[in-house]
Amino acid sequence: MLLAGIAALLIIASFIGYLLQLRFSPQGGNAAIENLNARIQAWWVMTFCLGIALIGGSTGVIILFALCSFAALREFLTLTDTRRADHWALAAAFFVVLPVQYGLVWAEWYGLYSIFIPVYAFLLMPIVSALRADTDRFLMRIAETQWALMLCVFCVSHVAALLLLDIPGYEGRNVLLIAFLVLVVQLSDVLQYVWGKLLGRHKIAPGLSPSKTWEGFIGGTLTATLIGAALWWITPFNPLQAAYLSFIIVIMGFFGGLVLSAVKRDRGVKDWGHLIAGHGGFIDRLDSVIFSAPVFFHLVRYGWSLS
Amino acid sequence: MGQPLTSFVGTAIVFFARAITAVRALWQGIEPTPGQRVYFANHSSHGDFILVWAVLPPRLRAETRPVAGADYWLASAVRRFLGRDVFRAVLITRKPSRDSENPIDQMSTTLDAGSSLIVFPEGTRNTTDEPLLPFKGGLYHLAKARPQIDLVPVWIENLNRVMPKGEIVPIPLICTVTFGAPLHLRPDEDKAAFLLRAEAALLAVAPHAAENGS
Repeated sequence: MLLAGIAALLIIASFIGYLLQLRFSPQGGNAAIENLNARIQAWWVMTFCLGIALIGGSTGVIILFALCSFAALREFLTLTDTRRADHWALAAAFFVVLPVQYGLVWAEWYGLYSIFIPVYAFLLMPIVSALRADTDRFLMRIAETQWALMLCVFCVSHVAALLLLDIPGYEGRNVLLIAFLVLVVQLSDVLQYVWGKLLGRHKIAPGLSPSKTWEGFIGGTLTATLIGAALWWITPFNPLQAAYLSFIIVIMGFFGGLVLSAVKRDRGVKDWGHLIAGHGGFIDRLDSVIFSAPVFFHLVRYGWSLS
Repeated sequence: MGQPLTSFVGTAIVFFARAITAVRALWQGIEPTPGQRVYFANHSSHGDFILVWAVLPPRLRAETRPVAGADYWLASAVRRFLGRDVFRAVLITRKPSRDSENPIDQMSTTLDAGSSLIVFPEGTRNTTDEPLLPFKGGLYHLAKARPQIDLVPVWIENLNRVMPKGEIVPIPLICTVTFGAPLHLRPDEDKAAFLLRAEAALLAVAPHAAENGS
């Protein structure tokens, strides 16, 4: 039902994108329109993947997000300065920490999956690296690996964890919480972009991200919050609560994009990768979800959940 | 490639390489069109030619054979199966004696039969901090023996971090394979000048040639 709604929205978006392309960019000359169409295609792929995963139930969704974490972690670590001495630590990040984190989510062991990476991976990974006795830029290397795990595995796994919250009167519909989170955050990205293109004058952080303006930020945040409130019927919240939660995840998403732009600047790249041809990498699409997911998860868990 | 087992193993290896490295081909100086070529690449890992092989379109892949050391690829039954049957490597002796076949003749014969080649002119895996080791003479002799064939520089980026020498577990990191513009031996060009020019052509297609010094 909601998937059908999203599909309808995407059909409209694709149609508008097509008209814009015919009108303003017949030879692909207008970068903004090409970018918009590329994004619309990426959302088609996302919706399709989520639909497939839903057929597999909660296990399917957990596997889907584990694969997202894998792709994101691969992108992040490609840009870090790790050395040969980190080989076992990095192998452990991919083949031990990532599966264990999602295994704990699957087993609904909240007490452990909420501290596994921040505490245990944090302590164990530097031990593995230190065993090779290469101290050159040691602090930087272990910090990069820990950051990669926190962003790409810990934060992303909280999207999947939404499925397993036990909310009275909302049984069997938890997947809509994921849809709510992803939809509101993604729409806010687009709306900020659209408002910024229409009215943008004052840049928020010119040295960091030239496309982010105050006009775009305020317009995008308010419209995304309103849309979030209007989606209250797919959530366990009332309209006011839906607006309040939307506002928070949109703000977190905005700052997520800003922080990850800073990381990209630091590493001297424009995009995280090329996994989705022409649209940048996985993290370029996930950045805002990464920052909003844990906050949304905890607010819902403490406010609405039994367990 | 006729046998189902070898083609299955080949497909599985390509799939695995792609899953780990999300490898992407950048056709900078040449298009992936049919044509006979010698791809010469930097060598830092045993997986090098697998990546080049994986990014070639299937039709080109079927006609492209890596050149590899017989001492390594004949050392065990598994390696023999992979090297000879799956990759159909042209196995050469690295220390030619009087009875062994001349490697340049072997490569020329393979080219005459219509195949393309993947060669690593550094001769051995580069484990130093230098981006490239000085080329051995083989590429020059091959260019002299078959002057009409395109020599395509191919830079493999990041695979040395995925699987450094001596490690057995690969780390998933994104790799790229960049194909540069083809070169040929110029008339009157001597060995040293040609090898320097080939090294420069290969370094020129490395994505972050300038900033990699860190």
